[in-house]
Amino acid sequence: MPPLPAPQERPDPADPAPSAVMPARRQWLQRSGRGLAATGLAALAPGLLRAEPDHTGGDPLGSMQWPQIRRKFTGQEALQFNPEILVQGPPFAEDAMNVPLQVDARALLRQGHEIDRIVLVADRNPVQQIASFMPQQARPVLALRFRLEQGSAVRALVRTRAGAWQVGQTWINAAGGGCTVPGATRTDGSWARTLNQVQARLFSNLGAGDGTRLRVRIMHPMDTGLVAGVPAFHLEELELRDAADRLWWRLELHEPVAENPLLTFEFDQRPPGRLWLQGRDNNGNLIRHEVQA
Amino acid sequence: MSARSTLPGATGLTSLALALLLGLGAGTPAGAQPAPAPAGVDVARLDYGLKPRQIGPGAWVIEGAVADFSRANGCNIINTGWIETPQGLLLINTGPSRRYGQQQRAAIEGLSQRPVLQVLNLNLHPDYFLGNQAWQDRPIGALGGSIAGMRAEGKAYEDNLFRLCGDWMQGTEHRPASAVVEPGFWPAGPRRIELLRLEGHTADDLVLIDHDQGVVFAGGLVFADRVPTTPHANLPRWLASLDALEARLRALDLKALVPSHGPVRADLSGLAQTRDWLQWLDQRLLESAQRGLDLGEVLRLPVPERFAAWAAQPAEYIRSVTQLYPRYEVQALDSVTAGTPR
Repeated sequence: MPPLPAPQERPDPADPAPSAVMPARRQWLQRSGRGLAATGLAALAPGLLRAEPDHTGGDPLGSMQWPQIRRKFTGQEALQFNPEILVQGPPFAEDAMNVPLQVDARALLRQGHEIDRIVLVADRNPVQQIASFMPQQARPVLALRFRLEQGSAVRALVRTRAGAWQVGQTWINAAGGGCTVPGATRTDGSWARTLNQVQARLFSNLGAGDGTRLRVRIMHPMDTGLVAGVPAFHLEELELRDAADRLWWRLELHEPVAENPLLTFEFDQRPPGRLWLQGRDNNGNLIRHEVQA
Repeated sequence: MSARSTLPGATGLTSLALALLLGLGAGTPAGAQPAPAPAGVDVARLDYGLKPRQIGPGAWVIEGAVADFSRANGCNIINTGWIETPQGLLLINTGPSRRYGQQQRAAIEGLSQRPVLQVLNLNLHPDYFLGNQAWQDRPIGALGGSIAGMRAEGKAYEDNLFRLCGDWMQGTEHRPASAVVEPGFWPAGPRRIELLRLEGHTADDLVLIDHDQGVVFAGGLVFADRVPTTPHANLPRWLASLDALEARLRALDLKALVPSHGPVRADLSGLAQTRDWLQWLDQRLLESAQRGLDLGEVLRLPVPERFAAWAAQPAEYIRSVTQLYPRYEVQALDSVTAGTPR
């Protein structure tokens, strides 16, 4: 198993700060309880440390929500933190309604894992799950934008086909309010004229060996249900199929995905032949769009 | 919402998103050090330490910090100033807060016997007009689009600057300019003072040119030694305005060009810097969109060395890319030969 991230520094363990901003204190805890955290017994670790119990379940980011996130999304399955999984966002969410998030789990393939799905969650969002991505024949690489209600740990929970979880994460700060404010097209009422319109384009000029990208934008208000009087209304499923009806990837979208989602996928080579995007929102509106070469 | 829709780039933004876009220093980004207080600023007493400086006969400037908004500088990063006419003073911009307007007024009244005849806000951005509260007994003018924008977005500006600068903003409430200014030569007095309407930094950018003394207040169109801000920018129009302004100023015996932010100079270097940045930024966004990069990837690209020492870096690069890149992305999805979004 790959090692856990090495502690960057050794902060004062008596620091009472609730780890909302800096993960340092948890790294200290983790140093002491590393082996236990890796086998999922972190809850037992506090007794070995000091009087102060570890409420974060050995989370490198020190998030109090982590034990609950873990229970909710990974159940009893084995789990380890893996710093090779790249989860990248801006250090500060300049626009909390459109926070760019990119996950790259290709390191797991190099480590010999096969990937079942990648679950993206933000610990402190009122709706924690952002999306769930089944890469299938695509690279385990995904970029999207999401709404961030407040500064939070943002994680990629990657389930391997062997039934274990590898977890990468980052911390993104925000001034707040991204989930509870109506989007632009909801505010001006224009969403109904453009609902489920799709733009999609393949890009093959990234650079040698960089593969082919598919960027997709779907017009949808992606209402979170957290704005008074506006029920949740969002895309739920999207997938890419070829002419032989082979599935290339599948994505489940949840409320935090930003209005008019702009999604980026990657392939080693361009999928051959004609390609269709298809999916639906939670009101049953269907999407079917041929990707133009 | 009609007022808001007159502002390209701001159309349809919620006040929250707008406040974030205008974040102009939305907190201290990770890794950035809090700036020390500039000389003369007394944070404890909330004293901006305003020191008017003469830049020509009858022409004065009060220079703000060449920096990003911060508590240390009281969010005073704007250049304000005035021009003397026989009838009275033309005051240009009123700063980021009620307190700034009051201290500005005290500083001016300590230096000049003549009253302020007219206040001008060169565009709609907060530090051009949030000091208007101290000048409510004087006529305050701005271009029509600027006034509409001040009305639509003034509250969001207040909230945002309160968040950034706290106590400095006590008692500040937005008071939009009260009268629409028409471009042209100032009607009263022998001094040839021209008000020029350009655009691109915002939908309505006012420039004041004192033809007799070679003094120019370029407003938001020119930044010197500082990364330009772009929350309401239209890059092609801004670049066209810089060309037009340069042509005008080359016909002038230029003594002082006052940028919105940054040092006053007697040459066009600030204008050239602004053009360089905007052209580079446009090209960076175009090429990135054509390669299929996502917003987050563009944010992480390095900025060339020649811009590295400018104030408000990298914060302003991050803001500009966050504001502008989505339009380039959408355009690239539609066409393989996309140009600059308009």
